[in-house]
Amino acid sequence: MSDTYVTEDGRTIGPPVLEMKNITLRFGGVTAIKDISFDIREGEIRAIIGPNGAGKSSMLNVINGFYHPQEGEVWFHGKKRKPMKPYKIAHQGIARTFQNIALFKGMSTLDNIMTGRFTHMKTNLFWQAIWKGPAEREEIENREIVEKVIDFLEIQAIRKTHVGALPYGLQKRVELGRALAAQPKLLLLDEPMAGMNVEEKEDMSRFILDVNDEFGTTIALIEHDMSVVMDISDRVVVMDYGAKIGDGTPDEVRNNQDVIDAYLGVAHEEN
Amino acid sequence: MEQNKVLPDGLDTFPKLLARNAVQWAELPAYREKEYGIWQSWNWAEVAENVNALAMGYVALGLNEGDHVAIIGRNRPYLYWAMLAAQSAGAIPVPLYQDANAEEMAYVLGHCGARFVIAEDQEQVDKVLEISDQTPNVEQIIYFDKRGMRKYDHTSLNAYEDVQAEGRAGNQRLAPILAERQARLDENSTCVMLYTSGTTGKPKGVVLSNTNIIASSIASSEFDNLAPGDSVLAYLPMAWVGDFIFSIGQCCWTGFCVACPESPETMQHDLREIGPTYFFAPPRFFEGLLTNVMIRIEDASKLKKHWFHKYMDHAKRVGPDLLDGKPVSFMDRLKYRIGDFLIYSPLKNTLGLSKVRVGYTAGEAIGPEIFEFYRALGINLKQLYGQTEASVFITQQPDGEVRADTVGVPSPGVELKIGDNGEVFYRSPGTFVEYFKNPESTKDTKDAEGWVATGDAGFIEESSGHLRIIDRAKDVGKMADGTMFAPKFVENKLKFYPNILEAVVFGDGRDNCTAFINIDLGAVGNWAERNNVAYTSYQDLAAHPDVYGTIQEHIEEVNKSIAKDSMLSGCQINRFLVLHKELDADDGEMTRTRKVRRKIVADKYDDLIGALYDGSATIATETEVTYEDGRKGSISATLELRDVKMVAA
Repeated sequence: MSDTYVTEDGRTIGPPVLEMKNITLRFGGVTAIKDISFDIREGEIRAIIGPNGAGKSSMLNVINGFYHPQEGEVWFHGKKRKPMKPYKIAHQGIARTFQNIALFKGMSTLDNIMTGRFTHMKTNLFWQAIWKGPAEREEIENREIVEKVIDFLEIQAIRKTHVGALPYGLQKRVELGRALAAQPKLLLLDEPMAGMNVEEKEDMSRFILDVNDEFGTTIALIEHDMSVVMDISDRVVVMDYGAKIGDGTPDEVRNNQDVIDAYLGVAHEEN
Repeated sequence: MEQNKVLPDGLDTFPKLLARNAVQWAELPAYREKEYGIWQSWNWAEVAENVNALAMGYVALGLNEGDHVAIIGRNRPYLYWAMLAAQSAGAIPVPLYQDANAEEMAYVLGHCGARFVIAEDQEQVDKVLEISDQTPNVEQIIYFDKRGMRKYDHTSLNAYEDVQAEGRAGNQRLAPILAERQARLDENSTCVMLYTSGTTGKPKGVVLSNTNIIASSIASSEFDNLAPGDSVLAYLPMAWVGDFIFSIGQCCWTGFCVACPESPETMQHDLREIGPTYFFAPPRFFEGLLTNVMIRIEDASKLKKHWFHKYMDHAKRVGPDLLDGKPVSFMDRLKYRIGDFLIYSPLKNTLGLSKVRVGYTAGEAIGPEIFEFYRALGINLKQLYGQTEASVFITQQPDGEVRADTVGVPSPGVELKIGDNGEVFYRSPGTFVEYFKNPESTKDTKDAEGWVATGDAGFIEESSGHLRIIDRAKDVGKMADGTMFAPKFVENKLKFYPNILEAVVFGDGRDNCTAFINIDLGAVGNWAERNNVAYTSYQDLAAHPDVYGTIQEHIEEVNKSIAKDSMLSGCQINRFLVLHKELDADDGEMTRTRKVRRKIVADKYDDLIGALYDGSATIATETEVTYEDGRKGSISATLELRDVKMVAA
């Protein structure tokens, strides 16, 4: 594949932004990830799928710096990334959502999404205490971005509602909103459709596609639901028992015998 | 049709009104919309500039004079401007219902032959594209919201702001063309075409001229002293004539401000933020709001509940009189002031109705209880009667003469007459020109002298001069002695009692009236629970002697109120029974929108009607029922029939 190409629906996919090279992650004696390499290209929707316990979430945690692999390298924007704290990685433009919603339940939708702007706020406690001047200006600028996100996700009606009082599907949307507010270069979504009904899944799929299309955000998502993944992603990595068993376009993956076996449950020789 | 000039000179078309407003009220806000959490507003000068740029853009794209321009979307300032721009370019706006399905949309787009469609967003564009093989007449689609539109083939798609930009860029060339076209418009040019929903058959395109719309706007604005500084919330469908009159007609005439909600879901919240002074809503809106209030009061603390009920009782006693300026004693006034401070004002504020100076409801009968509740709070809620063919206004209630059971006096400039069969006819400057491409329907509805048949039966009350609508004309009959029989009039009175869910009244061609009653299982069941009345099913509860007693009391009260009506006193109910099953759409007894199908009910329960008229005290019957899954069963019951006291007229 050349450095950049244009998809059937007219989106431009650029060179890799993130490269995972021979990643191995162990927890004591358990090997969660075994020697996996793949890349995520600019502007694409990249899915990581696999059965339960395949190591998908661990992989996401490696990408956003929560876990440090024992072996292998992470390359971001063509440079090898040194081990660093997750918040520093957030500063580099990687935002994520969580499998189990991790919002501030007692705060409103608006305030929750505002926290997504945290990495972009520069004024310190002193200025914020004084409020008038730089802090106020900054708040207004950031609020504008947050309001655009609210408009984009069509959650105006719950702007001032406490997140804890919202139904699950909407909470997921608020969480996506918080990640979007950070205006990330790379957006990581951990099972964005888990526990949703069909209608909510359709809505969420639409939003994921729209985010990618409107803002050109690169998206990596973990998902259980094969049909959703196959419909919205450009390329798919398939993991099973910590190893990569497939990588390619949805069609290639669908016809991959190893993937079929993993999903249909062929007996493994060793465990 | 009257050809004499009724409009003021120089203000007989919307482009002229807009030009006047842009000078006279340049700095006054004309339209507002909440977007990104903030109320954005545009003053008249900005509106005029936007409309002008869009109109020139239309011309650049090839819009011809007399073309129809379809507009699809929810209430947004940009779409109102799209309508004004169509008029500025000599074309005719045709707003469509945004929730119309593809088939309806294809029919209307094909029927009006629109070459241009203005769609709000991707969703509406998709709908138009989906039916494009049925509507080859559509040449250009202009969309406002760019989201998701990037990948579409843009050979016949245009972004709203791009069209405006093109118009601005071609100003030198296009402005003179626009001016020429506007000069050719006059009061008889078509202002707008609106499709009536039409419960039977295909929708009809009602052609309304500048005279129709502007004269109606002037008359109604003067009737309620609307002025710059007033504000409305535009949330009812743009395709509805009322919204066109409020948000374009009266707005451009009086210069008041139209606010558009952020999204349909935030309407209630936006209503509260805007606090409109002029407000319209259908009865079911007020009903729903009242139910919400009552539910929340039930959940409130004891003290709040006590105060609420205490002061609301007082408000119901003196509130309407205060509103009508009738004499009220000093102590009652004082108590009302206290109630206002404690209850009424905070409540009105929560509902977003604090500032309402003129409120209207129309469309169907509103329960007197509901109506009185809002009046008691000091909200000047009134009723009007109108239809698309009249540019809304036929009758309306003047301040100080507001009652739940009339629809008011003829609006300024409207003449009324009642036909031999009781049907209401009207003639006014607002009377529509014709149904588009449908001379037959036009002839059936409007006669050579300009009188329009409403399809409603009613009469003018002698004492007050108010019109009262009693029923659809086709349902009104005559009783054996020749007095008028209006079933819906009686049924509505019965249905205002919470215990009565449905009522069907018979009497056409008979000596007296009888009724079938359906009890409301929720309300009556609640009563049964509180009074330790055990029951197993609807049928069981419906046959309970106490229930019969309560229903009988209600009917006797209704009879008393009907007796006061000289025209309809013959419609008092003589005998009734409580049906052993609820009327149901699955059995074909009602429409899906819960309107009783009179004929089917009469045929199906022929035996019961017979018993009502032959004097028997009970009747055994068996009825077939259809379950939701389509299986059939039957229920048998022995029903009691009761006589009701009637009151001498």
